[in-house]
Amino acid sequence: MTGPLTIFDRPNSYIGRSVPRADAARLLEGRGAYVDDLQLPRMLHAAFLRSPYAHARIDGFDLDAARAAPGVVAVYVGTDLIDHVTPYVGTLTHLAGLQSPPQMPLAVDRARWQGEPIAMVVAHSRALAEDAVALIEADLEPLDPVCDVEAALLPDADLIHPELGTNVAWERTVNVGDIDTAFAQPGVTIVSRDFTFGRHTGVTLEPRAVVVEFNPSEDQLTFHYSGQAPHMMQAILGKHLHLPEENVRVIARDVGGSFGIKIHTYGDEIATAAVAKLLGRPVKFAADRNESFLTDIHARDHIIKARMGVKADGTIVGIDFDDITGIGPYSMYPRTSAIEANQVLNLTGAPYVMDHYRARARVVFQNKNLMCQYRAVGHPIAMAVADGLLDEAGAALGIDPVEMRRRNLMADDSYPRLSASGMKLADLSHQKSLETLAETMDYTALLADQAEARARGVYRGIGLVSMVEVTNPSPMFYGIGGAPISAQDGATVRLDAGGGLRISSSITEQGQGTNAILAQIAAGIFGIPIERVKVTTGDTDTTPYGGGTWASRGAGIGGEAMLQGALALKEQVLGVAAVMLQTEADSLDIVDGAVTDATGIRMTLSDLAKTVYYRGNELPSDLKPELIATRHYRVTDFPFVFTNGAMAAYVEVDVETGITQVLNFWAVEDCGRVINPMLVDEQVRGGVVQGIGGALYEEILYSDDGQMQNATMADYLVPMAGEMPDIVVKHVETPTRTSVLGAKGAGEAGTGGAPAAVMNAVNDALRPLAGRLDQMPMTPERVLKALGVV
Amino acid sequence: MKAADFRYERPDTVAAALALLADESIESAALAGGQSLMPMMNFRIAQPELLVDLNGISDLAGVSVTGDQLTIGAMTRYATLEQATELIHAPLIAQALPYIAHSAIRNRGTIGGSLALADPAAEMPAVMLALGAEITVQSAEDTRVIPVDDFFLGVYETARRATELLTSVSIPVAAPGDHFGFYEIARRHGDYAMAGVAIAQRQGQFRIAFFSVADRAIRATGAEDVLSADPTDIDAAVARLSEIDFDSDLNASAATKQHYAGVVLRRALAGMTV
Amino acid sequence: MSQTQDVTITINGEAITRTVPVRMNLVDFIRTEAQLTGSHVGCEHGVCGACTVEIAGAPVRGCLMLAVQADGQEVTTIEGLADSGRSAALRVAFTEHNALQCGFCTPGMLASALEYIDKGGTADRTAIRQHISGNYCRCTGYQSIVEAICDVIETGAKT
Repeated sequence: MTGPLTIFDRPNSYIGRSVPRADAARLLEGRGAYVDDLQLPRMLHAAFLRSPYAHARIDGFDLDAARAAPGVVAVYVGTDLIDHVTPYVGTLTHLAGLQSPPQMPLAVDRARWQGEPIAMVVAHSRALAEDAVALIEADLEPLDPVCDVEAALLPDADLIHPELGTNVAWERTVNVGDIDTAFAQPGVTIVSRDFTFGRHTGVTLEPRAVVVEFNPSEDQLTFHYSGQAPHMMQAILGKHLHLPEENVRVIARDVGGSFGIKIHTYGDEIATAAVAKLLGRPVKFAADRNESFLTDIHARDHIIKARMGVKADGTIVGIDFDDITGIGPYSMYPRTSAIEANQVLNLTGAPYVMDHYRARARVVFQNKNLMCQYRAVGHPIAMAVADGLLDEAGAALGIDPVEMRRRNLMADDSYPRLSASGMKLADLSHQKSLETLAETMDYTALLADQAEARARGVYRGIGLVSMVEVTNPSPMFYGIGGAPISAQDGATVRLDAGGGLRISSSITEQGQGTNAILAQIAAGIFGIPIERVKVTTGDTDTTPYGGGTWASRGAGIGGEAMLQGALALKEQVLGVAAVMLQTEADSLDIVDGAVTDATGIRMTLSDLAKTVYYRGNELPSDLKPELIATRHYRVTDFPFVFTNGAMAAYVEVDVETGITQVLNFWAVEDCGRVINPMLVDEQVRGGVVQGIGGALYEEILYSDDGQMQNATMADYLVPMAGEMPDIVVKHVETPTRTSVLGAKGAGEAGTGGAPAAVMNAVNDALRPLAGRLDQMPMTPERVLKALGVV
Repeated sequence: MKAADFRYERPDTVAAALALLADESIESAALAGGQSLMPMMNFRIAQPELLVDLNGISDLAGVSVTGDQLTIGAMTRYATLEQATELIHAPLIAQALPYIAHSAIRNRGTIGGSLALADPAAEMPAVMLALGAEITVQSAEDTRVIPVDDFFLGVYETARRATELLTSVSIPVAAPGDHFGFYEIARRHGDYAMAGVAIAQRQGQFRIAFFSVADRAIRATGAEDVLSADPTDIDAAVARLSEIDFDSDLNASAATKQHYAGVVLRRALAGMTV
Repeated sequence: MSQTQDVTITINGEAITRTVPVRMNLVDFIRTEAQLTGSHVGCEHGVCGACTVEIAGAPVRGCLMLAVQADGQEVTTIEGLADSGRSAALRVAFTEHNALQCGFCTPGMLASALEYIDKGGTADRTAIRQHISGNYCRCTGYQSIVEAICDVIETGAKT
């Protein structure tokens, strides 16, 4: 139900305004507080010996030289931690059939990917620790690795985990309607494409880092963490290090980018915590860039054979595809490495009307680094498959791509409804977003520009995508399957004696502006200038219990809790004021930090608070003001609150070099109520650029025997400013009716849609030359090969 | 990624540096700009026992013109070179400099360091090859002037001995009627090129040097012969590129490199005022 | 025993004298010896730009210089740019345009932007993009940074 419109239309409401972030000032002055900035007394530094092989038996170690090296305090191997860390298993019960063996932070008998930590040195400096690591003699017997997913599925393939009897971690099939019969009908055109999506990774500029302190006198562990989900880590550390959860404090302050990378359980971080506990003194582990490439989760490694059937009028009959995705030797804990494939099954074609849908995903173990959730989990693949097939079908029928989408997108007034895959959809605006996109990009003018360029031998292409994005997830995402991951969040709002508001929330900040929007909501709803609002996030000791920021849930869930908390405190304050002023509470309001009525200011918030706190004798004894309110919120009506978007890329392909330049990009995004347009736009832009990275540049390259070949910033190519386009962002606002705030999520849409748009654009550019790319990234060489030039 | 330990010396004269390098029993490395050596040391790919820091030797930096020779001291930083008025005598160097990495790298990186490292993907070795440069190396014993055609031998391999320092490079100054061309294909601005070429046409004679396509900067002598005889016969010049032993890398197979060599040659020629 | 050396590096106007291992790089010195953590470490091979600081007036990669090489020299970090007011106009513009999100690339971005502006760079978006293309940002997608730099140049504000 929508709340009263007045709370958003108030003159001093910050909601909907592009308020600059208060956090920007200290970051611009170099006063950020990132984990590696922490220097604690007696702190030690960890470095790891990592398996040089993709698969090896660990027969033993000679640690004498390492232990004797200068500055070394301790050296640990896998067996040393067995009694101190409970193994973890990356399965969830609602992903029926998902299997994965237990995993230890330091490999014990076998190393199963190049880069897996197998030993750990703790020393007085990182440099000295690395020196000692070089002195560890590891007796490793290389074993044949299983690296190719298709080979891993063959009946005679070596099994990475013989006890599981298979290399398949999980398999799921969705089968709706009768695709074979439907495709066999007369007048149905079938298009098919075999897609390959390159494995890539997040490359957060700040690598992963933890500083862990353990106070043995209180059995208290403090985990300073660059990450998104403090309460989840609290639960994990408590469980696996044998501590009551309340004895674990997780603190996330400034995080230098995460995008899902820092939401998983990494052996080197758990080992650091275990060792800090053993040593009783702080230990810092700051991953270097090489370690980041080798062990930060990878994502998006899919081989998809897909078909779409369309009728002569362009309407989709159905989509049929088979997805094989290689995840690494374990399913990542605790979110599992099956979620990405599950999203691909759930989301492919979700914007479109169709009666038939068949999709199978097999999630396959391999001796490469682990794969798991990274920004826009599964969406880039799902959108690229559906919209790539759609474009191919349109080309076969001679129907314009915008028109193809018009004919197939769900009508804006047709909700609530289900997608073909069974997703519950509501409050979407596909058609309106598409029209807005076409108008914003001036589609007709672009077509003319493209034609004119072609006449000169310059190949430009227009590529579209219509997409949905999963946001604001309910417990259906993780909690239902047994994960210690909260789908609800809380906010506390407190009026202090000075008249300022101290607010705290269980959602977290990684630069997207979480703190800013929380302050905007609290200030706007409560009625106080935003400068008087101070925000605490990222500390399990001092915030309400909740899930953190991921899956684009911060604004929608944490924001709603803050809205409710601010409303609750306002009600309290006006109740106290009414008693103090001997009037009715509903004749009062809070405006610009003062209690007002129709005549003007009646008292300042500070006066009210000081009365409550210092001079309670002035209040009736049956009045029990608290001036603090906590509210929690979760989504109950739907498993997820979907958003939708329509995006387009205009590219130019140099057909001699194969290099694609993205000339323009437009993104129309409907994420419900926009709290801060500037922040949302920048999230979309950043996401689009990340998506362009996956489409054109980024790919983790492994040799046939599982050695990563491009683990440097010079060889793994991330988008830099010189090649990126200006991105036009427009909004359609269809608030979700699942909350008063009406905000959906926006953080991942750009990354989810951009790859599809860019791939469609490149293929549109090359269509006159009969070249087509089905593989991402669309590297220059792959473009040249598609053109038959090399 | 912290470098392994080493002994560090910072001589303030060439002679002192050479005395340190003369001891062949110690594995030493000369530290010039550090923009290539430091990454290798941080990755522990390079672990010299002794690091000889050349940055204190002011004699090694500087640009000067004497007669028809432009001489650049090995420790001259790219950023200094970019601003040097003498650069009008070396248009090809001026064309290539903006492609070298980024400004922060060029503020430290030196021309001598690049030539001594001989990264097959670097611009300056090819530029010097095209310009017919002469490279001066010194040891405690003697000084040698090595024609650039004899200098670049393979991946990170040059004619400089471990006991020698590259101290300067000199090129003939540009003369009226000289034409220069430069083109590279890189995936991102400032990246090492996927393929690149530096061309000097002097008195009608072409010197064409490719980079990023083989195990070193390399002249396309067949293409040079064709164009020197007839500068308009570009197709025939491109056909002669097959004589180069192309290497593959993460970006491109040898076949793709050959294709790229043709593309950059055509585009560099098109950009030259002929 | 690793070789050490006494160095004095003036950072943001303050002379810092320490005995350091010769292999310690400049950005590690700044962060751990001077305890100025505003400069960041992102790759340690000179590509990401997060460690970019100004030495002798020119931006350099702090991860590719040894602390001993900076002995006797003057270094300016993001903190110094703020304290001296040199980054004031950029900070205003970065805030207004949201030209930072997580803030990790910001020290390098400011140093690069300042170099561009100090050298008389124009509000040419392509030239600006090329100049900052040695600074990796994963959050913003770069456009807001270009806007902020253009803004400073166009308003001609003194930094």
